[in-house]
This record gives sequence, C-alpha cells and structure tokens, in this order.
Amino acid sequence: MNGVHDMGGMDGFGKVEVEPNEPPFHEAWEGRVLAMQRAMGYAGAWHIDHSRFAQEQLPAKVYLSVSYYQRWALAMERNVIERGFAGADELAAGHALRPGKTLKRILTPAVVQDGLTRSSFFRQSQGPARFKVGDPVRTKNIHPPTHTRLPRYARGKLGKVEMCHGCHMYPDSVAVDQGDCPQWLYTVVFDSREIWGPDADPTVKISIDAFEPYLDPA
Amino acid sequence: MAGHDHKDHDHDHEHGSELSETQLRVRALETVLTEKGYIDPAALDAIVEAYETRVGPHNGARVIAKAWSDPAFKKALIEDATKAVGTLGHASRVGDHLVAIENTPKTHNMVVCTLCSCYPWEILGLPPVWYKSAPYRSRAVKDPRGVLAEFGVTLPKETEIRVWDSTAETRFLVLPMRPAGTEGWSEEKLASIVTRNSMIGTGIPKVTP
Repeated sequence: MNGVHDMGGMDGFGKVEVEPNEPPFHEAWEGRVLAMQRAMGYAGAWHIDHSRFAQEQLPAKVYLSVSYYQRWALAMERNVIERGFAGADELAAGHALRPGKTLKRILTPAVVQDGLTRSSFFRQSQGPARFKVGDPVRTKNIHPPTHTRLPRYARGKLGKVEMCHGCHMYPDSVAVDQGDCPQWLYTVVFDSREIWGPDADPTVKISIDAFEPYLDPA
Repeated sequence: MAGHDHKDHDHDHEHGSELSETQLRVRALETVLTEKGYIDPAALDAIVEAYETRVGPHNGARVIAKAWSDPAFKKALIEDATKAVGTLGHASRVGDHLVAIENTPKTHNMVVCTLCSCYPWEILGLPPVWYKSAPYRSRAVKDPRGVLAEFGVTLPKETEIRVWDSTAETRFLVLPMRPAGTEGWSEEKLASIVTRNSMIGTGIPKVTP
C-alpha cells in the first residue's frame, strides 16, 4: 500500500539525529513489546509481514507521531484481536475473560535461544528462476492497496539483476493470508539517475531486493 | 518520541500521561497473553536480558576483525556470510540470509530499510533509533552523501556510493576497510575500533592515537 511507511525519497523529515550512547531500550515497556513480538512469532501466531502490514495500516498521522515501539504495540494489539487470540474487551479489561487458543509451541526460558534466531524464509522453488545475474529488468508499476515490499521510488524503473537469493516466501501473499506462495528473490541495482532523474549524483547506485513478480524482462 | 509535534497533537491529555497510557496498555497486553497461555513472562525476561547484555555490535565487530586478519575467513564471509558467521559461535545465530558487502577504495556501501527497520539484529543488536527514523529512511536512498556528511563521513567525490535498501529478508553487513596503522594488531584490538555505524555504512573505523 502507498502508505507513509514507504519513505524512500521523501523530503521534509529533517536531519538524521544520532543519540550518543543510546540504550537498548529507553523504557522498560519497549523491551516487553519486543519480547512479546518474538514470543508470539515463535508460537506461530502471526508472521513478520502481518506485523509490518498492521503497522502500515495505522492512520498516517498515528504512524508518524508515535514512537517505534508504540507502533509495534499498536500493530500487536491489532493482530491479537483480528486473529482471534484475544478480544478487545479483554485488552480493555487487562485480563483474559475466556480461555485461549492452542498454539503450536510456546517460547519458554529453556528454548529462548531459538526465539532469538531468525527463522528461515527459504522455500522450495515452484519453478526455474526467470532471471539470472546480469539480466536487465524493469520493475513493475504496481500500486497494490495491500502489503508489498516494492518501494514506490523503485517502481517502473530499469535495473540489473546483481544477485539471486533463492526462493523465499512472498510477503505480498503472506500478509493477506494467501500462503507462502514462494518466489525467487533478486538484488536489483539501479543507477541513481534512473530513479531520481538526470540531475542525480551519478556516483550513487541503489539496490532493492525484489521478488520475481515485481519484475519484467527489459 | 522522534517527530512528535505538540501543535499537531489533538489528544486531550498531557505528554506524561500518554506514556503511562502506553505502559498500561502494554501491561494489559502482556497480562492477557500470559493468562491465555500464549507467552511465558520468564521467557520475555530472558529475551530482554539477551538484547541488553549479549546481542550487540560487539558480535559484528568480531566478524569484521576476523575478516581483516584472516584472508580465508574474509573470502568465506563474502561468499556466504551466514555460513562463515555460523562458524564463530555467536550468542545468537544469524538465520539464513546474511550478506557481507565489502567497502573498497572504489565503492562505499551503506544499508537502509526504507519500508520499516530491517537490520541484522543477530550480529549488530537492536537498530539505533536514527536507523528506524523517518529522516534516515527517507534520505539515505536519495541523498546518501548528505546523510553521510551528517555522520561526519566525507568521501572522495569519485567514490561510488552503493545504497542497499533491505526490502526483503536478506540482511546486509558492511565490511569496512581496515584502516592504515593497524598492522600487527590482534583480532581483539581490531574489533575495538569496529563501530556499529561502520558496519551499517554510516561510519568509518578510525585509529585514535
């Protein structure tokens, strides 16, 4: 979706501000939010792209005005409710009012190391890769109203395949509960002038990781 | 809260109580999920503790120092970073999709996630707030030289800048150039000058006399 989360190339956000000696968490609740996200992911409650999509669907004004972990918390509440893990009445009450669903596994202290490790996104390929390293490609000009990982600034642009990362689960499908729908994944590199026009710095190159459905031969 | 603008703030409560509202909501969420049997608060404690104490940029710095010291490891790192890093026995394994990108006199690499906050957590720890912020996410792909200047990094005009937008589950680790004046250094001493930002591409390792 063309939300405010898709920030590449936007102006008006000001300078990058670096906080010296930044702590891992600024408030204790931030750590709880991160850990809950990890635990629910380990339990198979939802996928990382469900979390991203839930954040993207926050009202633009909210997305831009709350902190990073507040976004996470709001997205988690949404996934908890929409996926039937708890009711809005229970979150409001601050206590479970009904028994929970059964999850495939629970993150316990004994297996917490597994909860810290990224799961594999590789999937069995459904067919041969359409592109090989060196191939010219053009990204599609698409504007799906749902979750996609093709940023706006890189749509309809001519680039070159630089790496092939194998076949991965496809976020555009996963986020809308249509299954893994495995797709080949490539690093595609663009000249900055292709993206930002003839006045752009010619020494800059930009790459994205693009799933095969985002690409046409060029 | 970055980007928080009180002029635009039409909630009818004060900033301080908003924070406590967040705390209360997060506590309610944790209580409900615990009572439902989905999460174990002791496991949450362990995850928080891991990110506060064990999982951080020192892990990545070890990788870089070894690559600077051991040409066979460097070659393996560039060929398959997941596999190469897996041989080092880190506090947190890296999953399957780590790619190391090497800075050279010709090319400087920097990493961003314009869509969210994708970052190689397992070896760099939690991303800093600036990495997740709108200014960095919006500008890194359009004005990387300007962004680098704000980090105090000025590159020769002819140096090519390559920006890697982490739009999928691939994670990128920048392998900075080993600075002059570090000949004969131990891996431990080398690791001490590898900053987090130098592994994102917004910094350059420096030898301080």
